[in-house]
Amino acid sequence: MSSPAPPNASPQGSFITEEALKRLKTRHAAERRFKLYGQVAIGIAVVALVTLLISIFGQASSAFSRHVLTFDTTLEAAQVDPSGTRDPGAIERNVSGFNLLLQDELAAQFLPEDADRNLQRELYGMFTRLAVLPIARETADRPETVGTRQSFSVALADDIDLYLKGGVSNRTQVKLGAITPVSGSLEDTVVVEFGRDTAGADIANAIERFRAQGAGDNEPTALIQMGQTWFRATDITDTTASLAYVAGARTMPGADTQGAALVLEQGQENRTVTDRQLAWTMLLKDQGRIKSVLNTSLFTNSDSTYPELAGTAAAIVGSLLTMMVTALLAIPVGIFAAVYLEEFAPKNRMTDLIEVNINNLAAVPSIVFGLLGAAVFINFMGLPRSVPLVGGLVLGLLVLPTVIIASRAALKSVPPSIRDAALGVGASKTQSVFHHVLPLAAPGILTGAIIGMARAIGETAPLLLIGMVAFVAEVPDSPTDESTVLPVLIYKWSTGAERAWEPQTAAAIIVLLVFLVLMNLFAIILRRRFERRW
Amino acid sequence: MDGNVEDFTETTTPRQAENMAEMIKVDCRNIDVFYDDKQAIFDVSLPIQDRAVTSLIGPSGCGKSTFLRCINRMNDTIEIAKVRGKIYMDGADINDHSIDPVLLRSRVGMVFQKPNPFPKSIYDNIAYGPRIHGLAAGKHELDGIVESALIKAGLWDEVKDRLTAPGTSLSGGQQQRLCIARAIAVSPEVILMDEPCSALDPIATARIEELIDELRERYCIVIVTHSMQQAARVSQRTAFFHLGKLVEYGDTERIFTNPEDSRTQDYITGRFG
Ligand SMILES: Nc1ncnc2c1ncn2[C@@H]1O[C@H](COP(=O)(O)OP(=O)(O)OP(=O)(O)O)[C@@H](O)[C@H]1O
Ligand SMILES: [Mg+2]
Repeated sequence: MSSPAPPNASPQGSFITEEALKRLKTRHAAERRFKLYGQVAIGIAVVALVTLLISIFGQASSAFSRHVLTFDTTLEAAQVDPSGTRDPGAIERNVSGFNLLLQDELAAQFLPEDADRNLQRELYGMFTRLAVLPIARETADRPETVGTRQSFSVALADDIDLYLKGGVSNRTQVKLGAITPVSGSLEDTVVVEFGRDTAGADIANAIERFRAQGAGDNEPTALIQMGQTWFRATDITDTTASLAYVAGARTMPGADTQGAALVLEQGQENRTVTDRQLAWTMLLKDQGRIKSVLNTSLFTNSDSTYPELAGTAAAIVGSLLTMMVTALLAIPVGIFAAVYLEEFAPKNRMTDLIEVNINNLAAVPSIVFGLLGAAVFINFMGLPRSVPLVGGLVLGLLVLPTVIIASRAALKSVPPSIRDAALGVGASKTQSVFHHVLPLAAPGILTGAIIGMARAIGETAPLLLIGMVAFVAEVPDSPTDESTVLPVLIYKWSTGAERAWEPQTAAAIIVLLVFLVLMNLFAIILRRRFERRW
Repeated sequence: MDGNVEDFTETTTPRQAENMAEMIKVDCRNIDVFYDDKQAIFDVSLPIQDRAVTSLIGPSGCGKSTFLRCINRMNDTIEIAKVRGKIYMDGADINDHSIDPVLLRSRVGMVFQKPNPFPKSIYDNIAYGPRIHGLAAGKHELDGIVESALIKAGLWDEVKDRLTAPGTSLSGGQQQRLCIARAIAVSPEVILMDEPCSALDPIATARIEELIDELRERYCIVIVTHSMQQAARVSQRTAFFHLGKLVEYGDTERIFTNPEDSRTQDYITGRFG
């Protein structure tokens, strides 16, 4: 009261000293700093996630659509059913007969009578041999259509598809205006005159730009379209050009035909699609016969050596079957083990030892479980290789520790007063656990189980060791059929040599992600339901 | 109270003719309790009267709860706890191997310090005990048990319209009365209460005390309390514990007016504890 205020007192009052203010300031600064660290951490996580999603979806986008050729044909009985029995099996097996139908139709349109085998192979190479398999199946299902005219669509080969989606080579298009042939012949060179002054210069500029970008000995190509005919430019000046015939109508274009140039960064020796194939593709496209459709075969087809035919159906079913086995093993066993350890087991050395071992087991690399599975289930117990049963058992063992640990944590979090209450009214230990503790722990246990399953569904390594990497072309019907799973399929596709595997792989990753999201959603819904009961 | 409520303590009727003061329901003799090697209760002998409220008082940590839990063998659930000595209930040794603790606990109900209703409906809270013991033959009978338990616990009027509401949605005092109703519903003979009012406000406490006073006519009640006033108000007999030993036991009136032991004197006058 009468004692004087300290010399360094602040105006707020004697108890807010200079020193206290300073401490307060550092404390506030520390708080702000910590908040900033947190925000930066969240930011990094979000950026990483977004980048991942963008890159995967960006890559996969092209896999979700696919280019098909519509194709009308008469299902000649002699071609598609040489035996004449209309036996569906025989029709379905006669893939080469259907291939001939397709090839004949294309050849009639694009090939001269005397086309050599190389030219034929180039044209037929726009489709894989199995592209007609769906047609064969469709016909086998409806043998009465043999002999009638039908409309089908067939998938274009992966490289053509990729080209149509903007891949294979960088390109630019140049409108040329009217073009008039002045001399030469289709067999040799055609010399043309551009109606527009700068047409030749525009092409030359485009070529020059690509050449500047391109590496080393790569020579850009300029393809010129005049009406129904495609040429390759061999020599270009500002107003004239020498052209070599590539594909299309074999008649000399008339005077003042509207033309366009397609300048490609790569020459055909550096491309997977030849100039002729490009020209044919463009001609078919101009006819409106090439369409982009939703790639449903990604979900309905099984694996294939051809990326445009490969689908995830077998792997999805395989994953489902495997998860079923995993869940049937890991969830009940995990819950019962947790309940026993947490509620019934005496606390002694033995249970301590078991607890330590379970915790360690959760950290064992998954590949070790694969080795164990191969040794025990396949070699010792004689179960078949590559089947979801074995895969599920291995994954079940793998996630068992996770489920046990999560379930124990959930059981531990149930207040002891509930146990006391139950025991207090004369419930037995088992009754108190099953009537009260377990239902209260259910949401937590469920979360643990789902986390375990989510880990299992993404596992690849242990499944490789038990042979689930085998090529499986059939959708498995039961857990004892040969099968593969999504992550293994992704691994296999990612090692494919063709460029088209890249979007395919990304698409399969998205399927896996969707699987995971659905599982988590399911868990959340179940959680809500359980929690609402209280 | 409702006059139609049946008498749940029929088993003791033949002895009702005897002098009330002499009627011993639970006879504890030479009880020792150990937690591992640490002894918490030292040679306590305490005969507990039927149809009366016996309060256990004493400073914190003196072993009141431990002793209380011996009576319904809740100490069995604590792995490190070992109980020595004899406890007779109606002349039968409750620690005998032939007596199942589950059956014992259906005859000795317990109310805990913190209200701990099951996270279920009010109805299911009460009905749980009768269900697991098979006390009701059908839904109708079960409804009757629930109703009479709630009436006896003085909660019926407050909850009769919302029996399906969760028990945890009640107020603290109502929850504690729900727990008492839950204990009553299995027709126990003895009710143990471990500081049943410590989490409640004075009004809820008064309500529970009133209830205990009513229940006294039918049950043998043992209550642990930290409140001298509460012990004085509700109990007929009082036992004072100190450091695990029973220091003094007698009529509440005498303990509070004329304690024999100086430690009791010190405690009730607030000199320690
Ligand atoms: N589960 C237990 N494990 C080990 N020691 C215990 C356990 N429960 C109680 N004890 C010990 O036994 C002694 C008596 O405890 P108890 O809980 O019976 O005291 P209390 O009289 O009920 O105390 P309070 O009035 O604070 O509730 C204390 O020393 C306590 O540390
Ligand atoms: Mg206590």
